[in-house]
Amino acid sequence: MFSRAYRIAITVPPLAWVTIFLLVPYLLMFCFSFWSVSSTQTILRSWTLQNYKQLFMKDVYWETLLRSMWIAARVMMFSLALGYPLAYFLSFYAGKRKDLLYQMVIIPLWVSYLVRAYAWKTILGSDGVLNTLLQYAHLTQHPLDFLLYSPFAVVLTLTHIYTPFAFLPIYAALEHIPRNLVEASNDLGASPRQTFWRVIFPLSIPGVVAGATFAFVLSLGDFLAPLLLGGPSGIMISNIVVTLFGAAYNWPLGAAISLCMLVLVVSLLFLSEKLEKKWSFS
Amino acid sequence: MRRDTRKAAGAGWLGAHALIVFCFLYLPIAALIVYSFNGQGVGGFPPRDLTLKWYGILFQDGAIWESVGNSLIVAACAVAIALVFGVPAALALDRAQFPGKALFRRLVLLPLILPGIITGLSLLMLFNRTGTKLSLLTIVLGHGTALISVATTEVFAGLQKLERAQEEASLDLGATYWQTFWRVTLPNLQLSIIGAALLIFTLSMDEIAVSFFLIGRDNTLPLEIWGRLRRGITPEINAISTIIFLFSLTVIVLWYRLRAHGKGSPEIAGELIETGVQGD
Repeated sequence: MFSRAYRIAITVPPLAWVTIFLLVPYLLMFCFSFWSVSSTQTILRSWTLQNYKQLFMKDVYWETLLRSMWIAARVMMFSLALGYPLAYFLSFYAGKRKDLLYQMVIIPLWVSYLVRAYAWKTILGSDGVLNTLLQYAHLTQHPLDFLLYSPFAVVLTLTHIYTPFAFLPIYAALEHIPRNLVEASNDLGASPRQTFWRVIFPLSIPGVVAGATFAFVLSLGDFLAPLLLGGPSGIMISNIVVTLFGAAYNWPLGAAISLCMLVLVVSLLFLSEKLEKKWSFS
Repeated sequence: MRRDTRKAAGAGWLGAHALIVFCFLYLPIAALIVYSFNGQGVGGFPPRDLTLKWYGILFQDGAIWESVGNSLIVAACAVAIALVFGVPAALALDRAQFPGKALFRRLVLLPLILPGIITGLSLLMLFNRTGTKLSLLTIVLGHGTALISVATTEVFAGLQKLERAQEEASLDLGATYWQTFWRVTLPNLQLSIIGAALLIFTLSMDEIAVSFFLIGRDNTLPLEIWGRLRRGITPEINAISTIIFLFSLTVIVLWYRLRAHGKGSPEIAGELIETGVQGD
């Protein structure tokens, strides 16, 4: 139905843009990761494996990457723990208020990331809202200083930011479950617990996988919350990359780390897609 | 009977859990707003000496308003780029076959799920190699590129609900492809496009991870705020954050009003996230 000219007109411009501004930059990142920096701080465009060698030899990169993954894993677990029961409640028990409550989960998503991270900083600081509240209520005598500038603050803030992301796909999956399956299970004498674990939960797994992927991947690459709230013990892998592209001026090494992150993220996306396909029932 | 009581007990627990999650989601926002009116500055419980002082200081702050202007320009340009390339991309995914289509689809959607640092840095390397000076223009290119994914997802969802027979009829009756596109295809996609534009505008106004690496001399609003945060907490930031929050809230209400007029339109954020993860 559509002529060749029409198809070319709709295909070529976006294809060209995506090639120039996405594909070429990714390839450049790949190239940079095999280049090096001279002692006079110019980038040498001769191929070397030095950056990757350094990446595997120096403990600091490994440790930070593992710590970032551990932070991301905790964010993922907490987001699921908060998001799943919420989605289940909305989908099965909220009745008429369902739509309103759904919008209420979405609204924080529209509030600036930076604003929310900042809000947590004002709450957790030693003169912050929480500490002064605790002292006001005479629950503590001195400000608790482990609240801010710690991995705890980073995990808390990122959980706050990514819980709606985890919630949305789970809610969508729960909403797609045919209600007659649930009724059939009840009619056949299953207890609510059995119905949940044998019918509802297995059918919601694709949503759980999608939500978990979102929370994990996005918090893994975060560098602003750690800078703002993490302190020295909350540094994540992206903070190292930021330093390498800034003050430390070692773009090639930074590119090598970024490329590892890219590969890690894309493999996770691939894996999550496979898992979702495996568990989807339609 | 017993099952019903157990079910009610379950609902009670779930309701309590939901309440806690909502508190967790909204308390920081509430604290932010309350302390923007607090005479004693940020922190200190209970809040006292309610004042509009911080808003007064904010309105006299030239640097902030300059950055707001920059952000508005960037967001408007990002919307333009994302729509000009994102709408055809959705059409292409819907109705053209070409080699590398699967890769193309994945590439377009990737910035949606990829941490911003990777998009930002890869573009920084492009601009470095091509000798492009960093300025608001590079931020516009960054936002435009990252947010094409939003336009494509929204419009693609709209296309799935579009009756192709209308376009066929238009073509059969002698209209050219160009006329059909402007008079049949686009009007039918109106709601998806407006929704995408609103979403892209808001996302661009808030964006910081990509901008962080592509910034030249002129700051966008989030980067201006970021710069001040590094120097310490001041209540003006609460004030500007409150204004941003109200602005976002207005956009959402606008969008729902719009949606109420046209039924069966795509569910904006939810659908976006689903497609973002699934990649198709």
